[in-house]
Amino acid sequence: MWEHLQIELYKVFKRPRTYLSFAAITALIGVIQLGLLVDGKEYADFVMADFANSFSVDGKILNGYFICYVILQLLLVHVPLLIALIAADMISGEANMGTLRILLTKPQSRTSIVMAKFIASVIYTLLLLIWIAIMGLFLSMLIFGTDDLFLMKSSYVVIVKESDVFWRYAGAFCFAALAMVTVAALGFFLSFFAENSIGPIVATMSVIIVCTILSTMNIPLFNLIKPYLFTTHMITWKEFFDFKVNDANEAIIGSIQYPDKIIRSATVLAVHIVLFVGSAVLLFRKKDILS
Amino acid sequence: MKMKLNKKLLFLFTTIFLSVASHAQDMNALVMKVKAKLEKVKDYTADGRMKTDVAFIKAPIGRVKVYFKSPDKFKLQRDGGISVLPKGGVSINIGSMIMQTGFVAIDAGMSTVGNTPVRIVKLLPEADAGEIILSTLYIDETNLLIRKSVTTTRENGTYEMELQYGKYASYGLPDKVLFSFNAKDYKLPKGITLEFDDTDKAVKDKMKGKKGRVEINYTAYTINTGLSDAIFK
Repeated sequence: MWEHLQIELYKVFKRPRTYLSFAAITALIGVIQLGLLVDGKEYADFVMADFANSFSVDGKILNGYFICYVILQLLLVHVPLLIALIAADMISGEANMGTLRILLTKPQSRTSIVMAKFIASVIYTLLLLIWIAIMGLFLSMLIFGTDDLFLMKSSYVVIVKESDVFWRYAGAFCFAALAMVTVAALGFFLSFFAENSIGPIVATMSVIIVCTILSTMNIPLFNLIKPYLFTTHMITWKEFFDFKVNDANEAIIGSIQYPDKIIRSATVLAVHIVLFVGSAVLLFRKKDILS
Repeated sequence: MKMKLNKKLLFLFTTIFLSVASHAQDMNALVMKVKAKLEKVKDYTADGRMKTDVAFIKAPIGRVKVYFKSPDKFKLQRDGGISVLPKGGVSINIGSMIMQTGFVAIDAGMSTVGNTPVRIVKLLPEADAGEIILSTLYIDETNLLIRKSVTTTRENGTYEMELQYGKYASYGLPDKVLFSFNAKDYKLPKGITLEFDDTDKAVKDKMKGKKGRVEINYTAYTINTGLSDAIFK
């Protein structure tokens, strides 16, 4: 399988569209950083308008950690499209070019071929996230410096001590990787149902958009299915940036407010990955390959 | 007969008026004594640890540096990191608790703060335009120390300060200041925060309707070193 994985990685990174995603990420993050560098104060004033009526906040709010949080919040909604571009093309692209039959003439099991393709799309996804981390976190730290992380949630405000932030980002990126691999698994699964790339890419995005809307709307009927939608759990990376307080309302450094939520969401996402990839393997093993 | 009654009434009112006036003078004298004690400190720099205890704010305990220069220059600076303080309250410090000029001191009886007996003195500004509209001081008459103050401001509500003294009591400087204020409820649309799930009702309830508190524990004071005005800019 290792040899086949190398071939798949070669195919992925030979395509210009792969680098288009990296370029898009670079441009998007660059635009956000430039905007916040020039007019960041206006943005902070807008978000904090209500809070600033009662409290005065002193310190460097627009620091690298805060900028990275804003970037992740804005970007992780759109990154699935870039992942779908590659993952949803893994099988359908071969079918479109008529190379799938040739691929199966190799003395390897179908499971091994499918897994090699999936692992290649996972590697692409992880590299994209590492690039986001380099651009979004490390470059922002370089440009804006570091300080405490000031976050405004819907019901409360959290200030994470500077020394307590970095490991939270490590955790958040690991969780985001799991969420993005779920998207890759979905795109990969859907790529079995078409013989051109556009269909599975659009289908993957459509599923994500519909599920995200269902996750966002606070309607009792949708609330019943929300816990089972992977989109509900994709934003759980934010839980890394909330900590526990003791009875005297003192922050417990190094703690996470709802670790069980992270575990539950990670489990739901892992189950989705297993279901999508497992179904893809089963389908491929039984599929009559005609293209 | 009627004339005699009028004279008696006049005598009674004059007595009451003189008694109130002399008592007000006593209170003025007490406040001036406290003020004189505080005026021994021309400026100070203090290191401390600040804890913000507001139901809807989760903040770590941080180190602060406080600068004061007589009569009313005050600056609280977090030693690195981000600090959140109630608006307007930052400027209410031990120097500004006692109005500099033009106030009327009224005796409001005796009470205790902790186990210390205190005299309650209400300070009313003579001018209409000032930010402070009423200041109630709980003065420890024996040591000439303000143990507690309740300040009502025009723009920023009412603030309460409790002061505990230690080795700097001779300068009238506290070791611990407990600053209380009424915190308004906080809410931000989920569209901005991109949160999908509801915050637990128990957590939400816990974060409502509590009084906010800022606690500063001073560890060291550096007094009368001749602070520059530039620090306060």
